[in-house]
Amino acid sequence: MSVLQRDPQDQVQVLDENGAVVGEVPDIDDETLVEMYRNMRLARHFDTRAVSLQRQGRMGTYPPLSGQEGAQIGSATALEDDDWMVPSYREHGAAMIRGLPLKQTLLYWMGHEKGNEMPEGANILPPAVPIASQIPHATGAAWANKLRGETDTGVLCYFGDGATSEGDFHEALNFAGVFDTPNVFFCNNNQWAISVPRERQTAAETIAQKATAYGMDGVQVDGMDPLAVYSVTEAALEKAKNPGEGETRPTLIEAVQYRFGAHTTADDPTVYRDDEEVERWKAKDPIPRMETFLRETGRLDDEKYDAIQTDIEETVADAIEAAESDPRPDPTEMFEYAYAEQTPEIRAQREEFEALREKVGDEGFLRE
Amino acid sequence: MSEQNLTIVQAVRDGLYTEMNLDDEVLVMGEDVGKNGGVFRATEGLWDEFGDDRVIDTPLAESGIVGTAVGMAAMGLKPVPEIQFSGFMYPGYDQIVSHMSRFRTRTRGRYTLPMVLRAPYGGGIRAPESHSESKEMFYAHEAGLKVVIPSTPYDTKGLLISAIRDPDPVIFLEPKLIYRAFRGEVPEEDYTVPIGEAAVRREGTDVSVFTYGAMTRPTLEAVENLEEEGIDAEVVDIRTISPLDRETVVESFKKTGRAVVVHEAPKNGGFGAEITATIQEEALLYQEAPVKRVAGYDVPYPLYALEDYYLPSVARVEEGIREAVDF
Repeated sequence: MSVLQRDPQDQVQVLDENGAVVGEVPDIDDETLVEMYRNMRLARHFDTRAVSLQRQGRMGTYPPLSGQEGAQIGSATALEDDDWMVPSYREHGAAMIRGLPLKQTLLYWMGHEKGNEMPEGANILPPAVPIASQIPHATGAAWANKLRGETDTGVLCYFGDGATSEGDFHEALNFAGVFDTPNVFFCNNNQWAISVPRERQTAAETIAQKATAYGMDGVQVDGMDPLAVYSVTEAALEKAKNPGEGETRPTLIEAVQYRFGAHTTADDPTVYRDDEEVERWKAKDPIPRMETFLRETGRLDDEKYDAIQTDIEETVADAIEAAESDPRPDPTEMFEYAYAEQTPEIRAQREEFEALREKVGDEGFLRE
Repeated sequence: MSEQNLTIVQAVRDGLYTEMNLDDEVLVMGEDVGKNGGVFRATEGLWDEFGDDRVIDTPLAESGIVGTAVGMAAMGLKPVPEIQFSGFMYPGYDQIVSHMSRFRTRTRGRYTLPMVLRAPYGGGIRAPESHSESKEMFYAHEAGLKVVIPSTPYDTKGLLISAIRDPDPVIFLEPKLIYRAFRGEVPEEDYTVPIGEAAVRREGTDVSVFTYGAMTRPTLEAVENLEEEGIDAEVVDIRTISPLDRETVVESFKKTGRAVVVHEAPKNGGFGAEITATIQEEALLYQEAPVKRVAGYDVPYPLYALEDYYLPSVARVEEGIREAVDF
């Protein structure tokens, strides 16, 4: 029986909190397993550095991901090259795997539109800030692929527990059910929508069980167990592309996890949750779990560990340097992309702007 | 070129049919657009012709319709979603302003949205509550969108085909008061009417009257009546609310020095204000009278027993023109 066809209350787990194998280890080669571990650590290190950049005034508001590396890396690793990713705004780790350089993520949160310029061939839509608004896009994208007969590509969409209260969650999953689109809806249930707990979002026992109402499978997974996340995502993507007899394509995955830090750097979580709760969840940290697993199965040793440490520090330092040395965008860029062809109004406004800038200089505009 | 005598709603249907035949990437989606052919029959027969995959009855969910169309368009399809009445666009409003209008800019042109969001709009058909408003300025205010409102069958088909071929998202508002009010010659073949160009419907020298959509007819009628009083008015059909053809507006105004704007949407923050400001900016020294705005009142649209008092009538337009001319 597929890992997806189980009671939504029956959480899938491969590694327990101590990294001991308690479920079926997915069929992943050694190199990829170590790569997943490396990527989780890279995401964590990136996150720590990004928060500190914000604190030092070198970057604007930033939404941290610490604690959610298992869900992000586990799911994104399951994507094949042709699959698509539709993120919310916290999936820096997942987006990195999909081909969005860390430099771009930094630039985006530094307020550069260029951060959103997805490299050609990276099948990823830009981050969506309005909650749940990206979920219908994922349905539409998968639907478009299906209408074109391209059902060998799946579309993986991320959103949080708060998003499941929005109308767009309902509409998107309802459309996906009705039109049987090749989607994987991946809910990062991190327990808190800023300060509002998961219990205030729904009286349902699980988010996964909502899938039943849309005529699709719903599965709950330990979102801090990268191997379990990989297993369910991989199975859901496979089903999206090649549903078996009597199966429907779309799946709702609820990845149960915890946001260790703040909602964004503008948020102070100590106001609404206590340390004891945070510590309880930190015991489930995906990174040491994976490390234990890799060490105990002979895939990781101290030497490799140190090499990874050096590598991720360099990678993040390089990304920060690259982002910070990127010049301030040319202000006339804001007139460039509104329409394929510049309208007379925009052209006139651009000319007016350029003439004024010529006259008063950048100091006539800049507030710092 | 062979011609047919069509109403505006038939021209919508003909435009969809023509373009769907030419381009496999074009599809129609919405509530009751399939077997039923649309509540106004704007998609009549398309389902039989193109089947379930290109004429799609969706669940009743406007945000879902707009949002999934955004996803489809990002993948390169050319969806033409229909919202059954413009009064029901608001559940999809977040998708329109947060995504439809911004996708090109947000991704610096990597993803564009070649989609057209169609909706019947406006008053005058004795419809129930929430079926009669004119909210075109909501969309005109949104950079990244184009807003088109046709007033003749010929323009309807030509503008709709332009909109479908446009690489950017277009809001296509169809004045339902004149959906079937009259017929006009429409070529059977494909042709385009350019977006962003106004049309001078009647040339005149005394006053310029700017209008669009369903208000074009009462305006032309009023202007004709005023001929007897010796007033020679020019009528400009704006056709594209955004981007506005300022050149034609200014050119007409420079000729007459007087302007009246007629629209059924409320006066406050309405399209008339944009015309007025354009004249102030670009032709102040030609101005001989205040710009008169003949518009819907700044009250919620009344139930239909009173709608004729709310909408600009021929007599109101005449009075507005006299005011501008007599100043």
